[in-house]
Amino acid sequence: MEFLANLINGMSLGSVYAIIALGYTMVYGIAKMLNFAHGDVIMVGAYICFCAVSYLGLPAIAGVALSVVGCTVLGIVVERLAYKPLRNAPSLNVLITAIGVSYFLQNAALLIMGSDPKSFSSVISLPALRLFDGALTISATAVLTILACVAIMVALTMFTGKTKMGKAMRACSEDRDAAQLMGINVNSTISMVFAIGSGLAAIAGVLMCLAYPTIMPTTGSMPGIKAFTAAVLGGIGSIPGAALGGILLGVIEIFARAYISTQLADAVVFGVLIVILLIRPAGLLGKPVHEKV
Amino acid sequence: MSKFTDFAQRRRESTKMVPVPSVSIMPERDLGKAPALECLHLGIDFGGLKAVDDFNITVGRTEICGLIGPNGAGKTTVFNLLTKVYAPTRGTIMVDGQDTAGLDPARVNRLGVARTFQNIRLFNTLTVEENVAVGLHNQHHCGMATSILRLPHHWKSEKLYHERALELLDIFDMAGLADHEAGSLPYGAQRRLEIVRALATNPKLLLLDEPAAGMNPSETAELMENIVKIRDRFQIAIMLIEHDMNLVMNICEGICVLNFGKIIAKGTPEEIQRNDAVIEAYLGKQKEVEA
Amino acid sequence: MGINMLKPQTRSTIITYAIVIVAFVAVTLLDAMGLISHSLSGQLVPICAYVSLAVSLNLVVGVSGELSLGHAGFMSVGAFTGVVVAGCLTRFGIESELVLFVLSAVVGAAAAGIIGFLVGIPVMRLRGDYLAIVTLAFGEIIKNLLNILYVGVDDAGLHFSMRDSGSLGMSQGTILINGPKGAVGIDKISTFALGIVLVLITVAVVLNLMHSRDGRAIMAVRDNRIAAESIGINVTKYRLMAFTVASALAGAAGVLYAMNYSTVVPSQFDFNQSILILVYVVLGGMGNISGSIVSAAFLTVLPEVLRPINQYRMLLYAIVLILVMVVPHLKVYQRAAESLRRRFRKDSPEPAVAAEGGEADE
Repeated sequence: MEFLANLINGMSLGSVYAIIALGYTMVYGIAKMLNFAHGDVIMVGAYICFCAVSYLGLPAIAGVALSVVGCTVLGIVVERLAYKPLRNAPSLNVLITAIGVSYFLQNAALLIMGSDPKSFSSVISLPALRLFDGALTISATAVLTILACVAIMVALTMFTGKTKMGKAMRACSEDRDAAQLMGINVNSTISMVFAIGSGLAAIAGVLMCLAYPTIMPTTGSMPGIKAFTAAVLGGIGSIPGAALGGILLGVIEIFARAYISTQLADAVVFGVLIVILLIRPAGLLGKPVHEKV
Repeated sequence: MSKFTDFAQRRRESTKMVPVPSVSIMPERDLGKAPALECLHLGIDFGGLKAVDDFNITVGRTEICGLIGPNGAGKTTVFNLLTKVYAPTRGTIMVDGQDTAGLDPARVNRLGVARTFQNIRLFNTLTVEENVAVGLHNQHHCGMATSILRLPHHWKSEKLYHERALELLDIFDMAGLADHEAGSLPYGAQRRLEIVRALATNPKLLLLDEPAAGMNPSETAELMENIVKIRDRFQIAIMLIEHDMNLVMNICEGICVLNFGKIIAKGTPEEIQRNDAVIEAYLGKQKEVEA
Repeated sequence: MGINMLKPQTRSTIITYAIVIVAFVAVTLLDAMGLISHSLSGQLVPICAYVSLAVSLNLVVGVSGELSLGHAGFMSVGAFTGVVVAGCLTRFGIESELVLFVLSAVVGAAAAGIIGFLVGIPVMRLRGDYLAIVTLAFGEIIKNLLNILYVGVDDAGLHFSMRDSGSLGMSQGTILINGPKGAVGIDKISTFALGIVLVLITVAVVLNLMHSRDGRAIMAVRDNRIAAESIGINVTKYRLMAFTVASALAGAAGVLYAMNYSTVVPSQFDFNQSILILVYVVLGGMGNISGSIVSAAFLTVLPEVLRPINQYRMLLYAIVLILVMVVPHLKVYQRAAESLRRRFRKDSPEPAVAAEGGEADE
């Protein structure tokens, strides 16, 4: 029973990682950049939801909606102002810019919201589910998180596979110049990907704060790194890879915490990443790239 | 020794299985010596496609050999196999009598195979002289600690690299460009620098992938002279891929024609020019032309 | 003979050393005149440490061309090893601060170099972003392991534990490393002069390596791996060499850094620290050693200078960082820079390629 409870908790945490990792992987796929500020969008999303509910008195669902909209706009604005001018710059310059954006968001949040942690539990709280006569207790949050992740995955798969915009997105990931020659508006496609990724990050932020109900300006940074790890683990650029990597990472983390050592949980997670990359250097579902000679 | 007998035996066996085309293109002066290159039943599959299949060739120690064929025939793939950029699916490659099975590109180079690339691959941010000096890497050693501590051996080595690099650059009259950044050179000079860098590794076999691409007729004429000059001076074998038939027919002693990954003809330039299979590969069937 | 007569390589080497020495002389003079604020003089040793770290990371990122996100991990290995060495030597009666520092730095560098070599063996099989994430992972693993490491010394020698300080089994020894509480009771023996010496050594190692047979091989692999292989360069060996040397130098810088404080904790050496060092390198220019020196010093001082507007300083720092990266790529800026260049150098020919990295090259 304990094993099952851990598994569900792991999958729930993994679902959050997966949702964040989707944003990382989509942005990487299309813009070939590591968006280090992505983790901080989670934090912004969580704060928006928190403010909407506790200061404006809106219902929780409206808070979530507002936070998705807010982060989507944030994603588009950041892309336009900070990343777009660097479209053809060396990738490291883009990386440093993303780090700058990350510092900016963290410190702006620090100025506006203060450094003291805000308790998220006052915003949304869900009852726990008791199964097998109370032998197995699952938080409704965990179930909700997993369901949300599945729904997002299905929606994204349909979007990229079936819709015109989704196809444009895949075309841009494959070859940006060729896509442009085929009449695809590359700039608006990239904006769209940032918008989707940031919107997802907002959802992830709310979900994460349901499970770990405190928000600080640095809330997003560690989950951001873990999600980045998950995206690489699954094969960066691959959408199913991000989902697989995220869930795997969450499960490993919870199991390591339960059965090995709380302090070493992160070390175990990163250790697994290293081992997997040594066996499959392009991640679990990534395609190895061969250089043409 | 045993390796060599082994190989000779395998060759006899394999000749029985698949007849190697009868025309030998090795020049007489190289007969009786271990060839610079010997390939037997070399092949590679990409997925289900046999990109190169049953490639057999012998290149004499001082031979200039041309590898020609229509676009997509697999010529560059052959070079990539010879230098182990791709691992062959089948067959044997012998360089100077030594089997290259299991070696990586760096080791193959140390055995004596150097190459240039169709899409030029220079060390663009290094100077011309440094590019050649990197080529001299395995010709003279100087350890990391010696260099960091700037011991006398370091300075001696640097002097040696400098002198030797200039000497090699002089073949193409490029010594004056020594301090220029390689990436800033004009196209033709970049192609020449790639040849000098390959020569710096002291090869026994030099592979040139379209050395005359993008050159004008006078540059090509100069290049032809230089290729022969390099062979005479360094006494090495040169194998080249080239679409400029004037160059190929004039300086190659043996020519090997590739189509769809297979050798369709081997022989002297005169023989190749008269070969029906070659004409067909390049121009299509006679009937179709007439129709 | 003017400085312009020298080869560009020699000239940039001379300028690099000159920057360090002039900075040292200037700061020493200003300090003697009492013109250096207390908060700034407290930053002098960290500045030296960060300069060394930036220069050494530049060997990996700029010279070898591999993105490393775990440099702080090697810094911490050096720092904690140095603390242990200094603690032991003090216990066994060595009092000279110079001897203590030099031995700690040497052993710290060696330890970090060995760890760097061991980490590098698997890491160097990977490429690009995959390599970057694995260096990040190793950095975090090192931090995690240091978090549960307990080291103490008594007359019987060193004691290690991975559980808690109680299980070290000492009755009256000194605890040197105390798990998450980090290294405590460090003798503050780092000085600005020692820092400058370390910077000079770091610069010399990196520059001498760059301008040698092995350094050229490292740069050749960076510029074109396939071509480097084709001329017989053992690619893995040279990537590993750059990584190991940089790790060792980071270890020495870690010792300098740790010996400036009475306490250091493992969480100081996290991913953000690695990123901070990377920012110095990118801002200073890839492979540009003097650039790394200047940008590391400038960016370490910047938050101090901004202290009067304490609340907003990190926000401003972030904005500066973004602007420095973005502005050179704005069309408006490029046009303005182009017209300025024309005005000042009418007779010199236009460069074929506009400055690609946005920053000056060596």
